[in-house]
Amino acid sequence: MDTMNVVTLFLFNIVLCNIPLLYGTVGEILTEKAGSLNLGVEGTMAVGAIFGYLAGCAANSLLVGLLVSFLAAGLCGLLFALLTVTFQANQNVTGLTITTFGLGLYFFVGKGIGENWPAMTGVPALVNGFANLEIPGLFQIPVLGKALFGQNALVYLGILVAALVWLYLNCTKTGLRLRAVGENPGAADSVGVNITLYKYVHLAAGSGIMGLGGFYMALYMSGSFEGSNCWINGYGWIAIALVIFANWNPLLAILGTLVFGFFNTLKIYSGALAAAFPDGLGWLNAVPPQLFKALPFLITAIVLVASSVRAREGSGQPAALGLNYFREER
Amino acid sequence: MKKKLLALVMAMTMILALAACGNAPAAPNASGSGSGSGDPSGSTSQPPADSSSTGDQSQPEGPELDSFKVGAIYINSQNDTAGYTYQHHNGIVNAMKELGLDPETQLLIVDNVDDSDDTAVANAIDTLAGQDANIIFGISFGYINAMDEKSAEYPDIIFSHGTGYMANETNFNNYFGRIYQARYLTGIAAGLKSKELGNNNIGYVAAWNLEYAETCSGINAFALGVQSANPDATVYVNKISTWGDENLERQAAQALIDTYDCCVIGQHCDSAQPQLVAAENKVFGCGYNSDMTDQAPTAHLTSAIWHWNVYYKTAIQAAMDCGGDASKFVENMGGNAYYAGLAEGFVDASPLNASTAAPYTDKIMNAVRELMKSGKWDVFSGVKLSYEVKNGTVEISRNSADLEDNQGNVIVFAGEPSVDDSVIKGSMNYNVAGVVEG
Repeated sequence: MDTMNVVTLFLFNIVLCNIPLLYGTVGEILTEKAGSLNLGVEGTMAVGAIFGYLAGCAANSLLVGLLVSFLAAGLCGLLFALLTVTFQANQNVTGLTITTFGLGLYFFVGKGIGENWPAMTGVPALVNGFANLEIPGLFQIPVLGKALFGQNALVYLGILVAALVWLYLNCTKTGLRLRAVGENPGAADSVGVNITLYKYVHLAAGSGIMGLGGFYMALYMSGSFEGSNCWINGYGWIAIALVIFANWNPLLAILGTLVFGFFNTLKIYSGALAAAFPDGLGWLNAVPPQLFKALPFLITAIVLVASSVRAREGSGQPAALGLNYFREER
Repeated sequence: MKKKLLALVMAMTMILALAACGNAPAAPNASGSGSGSGDPSGSTSQPPADSSSTGDQSQPEGPELDSFKVGAIYINSQNDTAGYTYQHHNGIVNAMKELGLDPETQLLIVDNVDDSDDTAVANAIDTLAGQDANIIFGISFGYINAMDEKSAEYPDIIFSHGTGYMANETNFNNYFGRIYQARYLTGIAAGLKSKELGNNNIGYVAAWNLEYAETCSGINAFALGVQSANPDATVYVNKISTWGDENLERQAAQALIDTYDCCVIGQHCDSAQPQLVAAENKVFGCGYNSDMTDQAPTAHLTSAIWHWNVYYKTAIQAAMDCGGDASKFVENMGGNAYYAGLAEGFVDASPLNASTAAPYTDKIMNAVRELMKSGKWDVFSGVKLSYEVKNGTVEISRNSADLEDNQGNVIVFAGEPSVDDSVIKGSMNYNVAGVVEG
């Protein structure tokens, strides 16, 4: 066993297996910047995953899959907006409802199709669309090259989306208004920002981005629906924690994804790493595997404490997060 | 939540019972579909002959065929299309059909019962007892404490617990199978394939390893099967530390192929993800629980599978033979632990995928299958098998050799009989030589 090869593969898989976290986190950041706490990430991703996958298979097209997953998940976001913005329902409860609804819909559709479930191997556009791209020149960089420049197109799309959302939030006028909606909707309303419109659009768009993560997961799992686990498998919940970890910053979300992904993948690679570096990493074999699962959340808790100790200006948390805006109470 | 659900179900039962009392002495057991389990067909089409079934278990001739009720507690949904619950549900339904029982009306199910929540399991048992189940099957290991307690509380009901070890001498038994025998057979297919490919590295995605006798005995049996066909082979185990996580199962299989260059992937987990990964990497694999050739036709060799209906048929028949006296069940079953294997048809290797298997795999597996069925040899013994194919016929040679664990300790001395009891009693806690956890 080539020891450097193990490290290369470890780093490669940290990125490959955990990008859905980035999509989920960025979608949730956009949602929360509009002042809404959507706990329905898991369900929204599941809806995006299954409809995106089925549409992609039917049309034999990666683009159709991406579009449909965005739209289907966006509809979940609209539903959330309808319930919380128009009907003023409690956001936490509505979010949990979206998760239950989304997972239920996922299993309902999947099991309904049953025997006729399309296998991804029969859909060349999806297989090729998810194939690893090797960017010439950069790919040959030792150790890091494969991890950074040998991924599939959807990995780069995820990073692009994160960067674009960051630009949007920080460098555009609409982005600034959106942040005002999240910080103080009363003030934003008084200067003529249409709160309802801003919330609807960004909640739908945020959920749409989560849906893309679901679609990624569907392709990663080779579209194999077996009916006992959901493809999303808890990634939606981790994404909600990652938003806090990333301090509501889409660029930091990339870092957060890598940190969470590091521990997620370490669980699988601990044996191989310990065997490759018996002197330095032999202790990995003695670590109980449950610890790898718990560590990212422990770090999130520490970040949460640290950010609450820090001055208020340092926190990216929107001041009106989780509060419904009712104009007559302004 | 579960308590509310139970309260709701009980309230419904009472209302229905009241409604029934208003009309005539008709069926009080109207809620035939189990709590919240979504199959309404069971509750509607009760034949009127059922109406006398409450509390008539003391009838000397025993419950009639069409009033006998089978109860089942599942860990996942009864509507699953694959996996552990699906296999058991299928087994119970088929066994009932074979015995002339109607699963639509005579099978009572409580599903999605968390096996770490004793209260939920106890509630599920109460629900089934309230619906006059004659026998209750619990399929998950964690149901063990609740079933043990409730078997004393309801002496008129038979309790049968899958994969457990607790039992009493009257109405409570446990059941499991010698799945390691089937795993040995799949190991032969894997070993022959690795020899054909000239690659001695074989991977194994394991839910757990030494934590449970069930999992480490599976790994050991698979490895011994592999070594019987290819003595130079090593089995690399990647343990994911959870019973069900399709995502980790995929990652683990990919890691085995990437880091150890494994050419065959065995598995002890429910989903077909390891087999799909094998296919995508153009290597081969042995599945578990169901024949996975459909999912991965270019990779899959053969799976270790269960025929749960074999047990369920035996148990339901024995329960019906009790004639209403549940305390005779253990006696009827010939003991309080049912532990059948290849010989009884309880476990087997699924039909070999001829397009992927190495030459003569089928013949060698058949010969070893017959040898195990005959009872003359078993997996964890001081006798190792090797095979030779001469003019198209298979010769098995039996060679005395120590069975060693991978720390160099001798577990069974050369020539000694199999220690398969350690699998039954759950004391196996080692990996045999040639197994590397990595």
